[in-house]
Amino acid sequence: MTMQRLDIGQKILSENERWAAENSRLLADKGLVCFNLISSPGSGKTSLLVRTIRDLMGQVRIGVIEGDIQTDLDAQRIRATGVPAVQINTQGGCHLSAAQVGGALRQLPLDGLDLVFIENVGNLVCPGAFELGEHGKIVVLSVAEGDDKPAKYPAIFAKARAMLINKIDMLPSGTVDFDMAKAQHEARRLNRGMAIFPISAKTGEGCAPWCQWLEAESRRLKALQGPQANTEPTAY
Amino acid sequence: MHEMMVADSLLRIILQECQGRGAKPSGARISCGQLNAINDEVLMFALEAIAKGTLCEGIRLEVEHKPLQAECHACTAVFGVDVDLPKCPRCGGDDFRLLPDAPLVLESIEFNEA
Repeated sequence: MTMQRLDIGQKILSENERWAAENSRLLADKGLVCFNLISSPGSGKTSLLVRTIRDLMGQVRIGVIEGDIQTDLDAQRIRATGVPAVQINTQGGCHLSAAQVGGALRQLPLDGLDLVFIENVGNLVCPGAFELGEHGKIVVLSVAEGDDKPAKYPAIFAKARAMLINKIDMLPSGTVDFDMAKAQHEARRLNRGMAIFPISAKTGEGCAPWCQWLEAESRRLKALQGPQANTEPTAY
Repeated sequence: MHEMMVADSLLRIILQECQGRGAKPSGARISCGQLNAINDEVLMFALEAIAKGTLCEGIRLEVEHKPLQAECHACTAVFGVDVDLPKCPRCGGDDFRLLPDAPLVLESIEFNEA
């Protein structure tokens, strides 16, 4: 018996990448910017979105794709602000795929939007491994989770364009131990240029600089679209 | 557990290749970068589970992890990044740019042929 080796050299996630490229083209065609929000469950992604939508109401037209294993509770919370939201239920899946996002994008009124947020399934590992055709990933860490998360889950912090450190309203009471400098230092070890915003979706503290960055970054990314749309190389 | 989706895509690609040859594969070799967050045991378990009843049942899987590369801003050295203690081995600098992480690739399939 002899062993024969067949060289293949094919990307395993090529099907997902094909869908991601398709999503990217659709976003460019519509002149839209899209960010993918990634965090552990319970970090406050939906609350941050609700706060951001309210703060930018009348200035930036936002649509949201919600990813959860079950329920449309998050989409209901988004719709209550008056903006369109599409819920994806992954039925156990630990991340959103580009195909799922492609289907959801087509259910949003894209012609009336400037910015699309994808709220990924709460999970600090798996969602980071799947490109969705977005312009950037934004990682959310809440102070209740601990300042060691960037060191423990380096991949998503290395890939993110920005980090929101949420629930800073819990810090003064001393009920949580969270070293802000340590968390920021470790998050930037692999990603020195990452923008970081300490924020409280509950009180609104820190929301102004985040919204300013979001508007400026959206303008910058939108200006890159056109004939050269979405050809900016993604590092990962 | 995104390894399940990776295993599913991997199985589909291998089966396509095998059907073309009409042969049962004995092994496969894949490579991945550091940021793909692939756990070998979880991936092998997932592949074993979904390959049951197919031509790939019992297939061996070998996973090569490629190091994450970075370029130092200070001295332009390109180096393999130690994720726990990332710094340039030439000048000791910690200001660097990560280079694109290696994608998940099916490198080769092995067949035992009589």
